[in-house]
Amino acid sequence: MTASPLVRDLLRMLEPDGVLCEPEDLLVYECDGLALFRATPEAVVLPRSTEQVAGVVRFCAARGVPIVARGAGTGLSGGATPAPGGIVLELARMNRILDVDAEDRTAHVETGLVNADLSAAVRSKGLFYAPDPSSQFASTIGGNVAENSGGPHGFKYGQTVRHVLGLTVVLNDGSVARIGGPNAENPGYDLVGVFVGSEGTFGIATEAWLRLTPIPPFVETLLFSFRSLLDGCRAVSEMVAAGVEAAALEMLDDRTIAAIEASVYAAGYPKEVGAVLLVELDGTREEVEAQAREARSIAKRCGALATSEAVEEAERARLWKGRKSAFGAMGRIAPDLYVQDAVVPRSRIAEVLAKIGAIADRHRLRLANVFHAGDGNLHPNLSYDARDADEVRRVLQAGEEMLRACVEAGGSLSGEHGIGLEKRDFMGLLFTEADLEAMGRVRRAFDPQGVFNPGKVLPLRACRERVPAPAEEPVAP
Amino acid sequence: MAEIAALPRPGPAGPIDSPDALLAYERSLDCVHCGLCLPKCPTYLLTGREPSSPRGRIYLMRSWAEGRIAASERLSAELDFCLVCRACETVCPAGVRFGEMMEHARDEIGRARPDRAAGGFPRRFLLHFLLPSRSRMRRALALLRLYSFPPLRALLRPLLPKELRRREALLPRVPARLARLPELTPAQVGRRGRVAILRGCVTESLLPETTRATAAVLARNGWEVVAPEEPPCCGALHAHFGEIERAQALAKATIAAYEASGAETMVVDSAGCGSVMKEYGALLARDPAWKGRAVYFASRVRDVCEFLVERGFEPPARELRARVAYADACHLLHAQRVSSPPREVLRSIPGLTLVPLPETELCCGAAGIYTITNPETSRALLDRKVEILRKVRPDYLANGNPGCLLHYAAGLRGEGLPTNAVHPVELLAKAYEAPGR
Ligand SMILES: Cc1cc2nc3c(=O)[nH]c(=O)nc-3n(C[C@H](O)[C@H](O)[C@H](O)COP(=O)(O)OP(=O)(O)OC[C@H]3O[C@@H](n4cnc5c(N)ncnc54)[C@H](O)[C@@H]3O)c2cc1C
Ligand code: SF4
Ligand code: SF4
Repeated sequence: MTASPLVRDLLRMLEPDGVLCEPEDLLVYECDGLALFRATPEAVVLPRSTEQVAGVVRFCAARGVPIVARGAGTGLSGGATPAPGGIVLELARMNRILDVDAEDRTAHVETGLVNADLSAAVRSKGLFYAPDPSSQFASTIGGNVAENSGGPHGFKYGQTVRHVLGLTVVLNDGSVARIGGPNAENPGYDLVGVFVGSEGTFGIATEAWLRLTPIPPFVETLLFSFRSLLDGCRAVSEMVAAGVEAAALEMLDDRTIAAIEASVYAAGYPKEVGAVLLVELDGTREEVEAQAREARSIAKRCGALATSEAVEEAERARLWKGRKSAFGAMGRIAPDLYVQDAVVPRSRIAEVLAKIGAIADRHRLRLANVFHAGDGNLHPNLSYDARDADEVRRVLQAGEEMLRACVEAGGSLSGEHGIGLEKRDFMGLLFTEADLEAMGRVRRAFDPQGVFNPGKVLPLRACRERVPAPAEEPVAP
Repeated sequence: MAEIAALPRPGPAGPIDSPDALLAYERSLDCVHCGLCLPKCPTYLLTGREPSSPRGRIYLMRSWAEGRIAASERLSAELDFCLVCRACETVCPAGVRFGEMMEHARDEIGRARPDRAAGGFPRRFLLHFLLPSRSRMRRALALLRLYSFPPLRALLRPLLPKELRRREALLPRVPARLARLPELTPAQVGRRGRVAILRGCVTESLLPETTRATAAVLARNGWEVVAPEEPPCCGALHAHFGEIERAQALAKATIAAYEASGAETMVVDSAGCGSVMKEYGALLARDPAWKGRAVYFASRVRDVCEFLVERGFEPPARELRARVAYADACHLLHAQRVSSPPREVLRSIPGLTLVPLPETELCCGAAGIYTITNPETSRALLDRKVEILRKVRPDYLANGNPGCLLHYAAGLRGEGLPTNAVHPVELLAKAYEAPGR
């Protein structure tokens, strides 16, 4: 195959196996975890160092070649879908742990590192990295930073942004800047807070200083089963109101349970119940035991059918692996899966769930619910077949209606999966033109030419990519 | 800039008429593209490339079945790069049957591209000429044994071209004397029944200790052991490398030999063979005359440690003082999901310490004839293992697959490490015999 001029130039900056350009190679990069959106890149580059990333960015930016960063491609909003005519910058090879400071409880890593590998590496020092997206065994620190990922334990420990102290980022002229740093206190603007959650549109993060958390001395996972999601939701509300300080509060409905129990991650969840609630408590033994008593009595009052608890590490791991494989396990039901990600105030979960159920019924779609009950982050899952054009249309329609229902209830567009391509055009549901324009200005400050992940996050009008006069840009549908 | 809209995925351009392609296609639909398998895949770990990951390969197979890409050189190279270690199956929440998909896709693509065949002549020589005949295999091994004689090897080795010299380092050493196992080994204590074991195409000659230990351990626990002379090979390597027709013929011969042996269970000490035999049902699914027999046979296959634990075995009374690291064989752990029985067997031995081994679920690079087809990657994976073993320094490295044992042995030998690679039943047999050795 004859290499295009772009590829020939890229090859000068990287080793021969660091650039992919054969059609078969490009094909597999056409989508991320949300396979509904697809586009073929011109080339894929796999750098090994910040210098190589900087070289590639400088080169591409000068020629207006769009750059889409990619970690593990587990994103669920089309964030890593390539830009046509652009390159994919794959960071998987930059996965070293550069330094761990057990005393200061920080780690300095390259951003292609897989989330769970960090916790595994610092475990012997009594530490862990708290953000635990369900994809943590595959997703990268860079992807987590870009999406500000959460996870079941985000309820207590907070999302990624609370655990990032500093970043090395490659800016759109190829310059390398450090924002924040290894220390907890950094004077000046909080650019880390700005960068985290920017979904690959501000620059490429190549290194990160992360906060590590001591492994709690005692952990207990309680499992309650309920006749219905409604009963479970009531228990969650009462637990939070009563001050039960759970590390995680996760709910799974009957269909999700059935899918998990049929998979290699069968966790021994009770079958033939309407819902299962996982409550994790951590702290000192006394604290945990007191909270567990409280949680049990509330659950009982709310109609819990059965309770079981796990203290042993292996047993708890099994309960969590089940929960964390829910998405994949649903793959048994139909070829494709659409996961909606939206937030509602905790007090209105039950009401919104009822609406979501009605929407799925109306569109004749199979719905399963699994969600972070503690922070009202819902994940309605719709099974479908991407080859069925009508079903695809119904899924997208239902997804939109579900989002609207959440926003109407005072909620938000996304809890953790990001806006990406999928929700870009719904930003108007939550923000005014002025709000969006403010975001667009920040984006243009980082990337005036729009080379980083163009077409994502902001409706085209607000980000004014390569278009000087906003008034002339048509509003995207 | 061009807009990217959410689009339905085009199905196959027309009807898929080849049964192999259709099967690969249907299996590929199980994948939801979640990516959870990526970090467990050895080729992805080494390269960081999506096309060299399970999800990428499934995407390629699916796209090929749909007619989006041709059976190109790049495609077949990528499929051949896969070790078929099936680590991706163990972690896949959607239950993707990757091994089956890969075998059928390789077969079909192999037919479309007869020129491909990674490994070229050595591969064809082994799969088509040596393995299907026990006498040819024995003669070849006799030659290899001659070559293993140190003075001769020292003389010949420098004459090899550099490329071959690197491969030569991985050549198995053939033990001095061929230990022929009798066709029937009687039960040592109160006969519980009759089981059949596999002579294996290479085990009997290259690892005679393993086969002997298997027979001895079974006899010791009250089983009468038959070891039929035929068939020469169970077809595992053929299936693995997408030579389905040859694999099917060998499978039929294996089933027939088992049926004639009058044994109640087929006990296997080779993880690779056991995993293929347990899947004979699928291999012969399209053959109405054989399907039923194959499914029944498959249900009677057990790994030797699995069998011992399932039916009960006598823990050795005497001590065997040794530090042992158990390394899972992919075809035991991932393909058969057998992980605790071998460990239980080892733990039953008094005095033996089972030391933890990191990355034990990762392939060692032996993977059938991968050493021949992809020597570099095979070596890279072996080096990774040797590096870990250098730190752990066990007396024994226990593993349930002959190919892996030979591979580990080559790696350990090359580094001059004191660790011996053995099958768990060898240690059990040793403990039964101790002391006095
Ligand atoms: C089974 C499953 C479960 C999931 N569970 C959760 C969950 O519990 N919580 C949650 O929050 N998310 C979850 N997700 C979504 C997804 O895993 C997260 O968004 C994750 O952070 C993506 O990481 P990644 O490495 O795969 O990034 P990718 O998908 O490759 O990329 C995601 C975005 O980050 C950008 N990006 C990647 N690396 C960099 C970098 N170094 N610098 C700048 N930009 C970069 C990309 O351009 C893209 O926009 C889940 C996904 C799956 C498939
Ligand atoms: S884990 Fe299974 S479903 Fe997920 S990408 Fe890998 S093969 Fe596909
Ligand atoms: S079989 Fe092994 S090498 Fe092949 S894709 Fe699966 S994990 Fe990777």
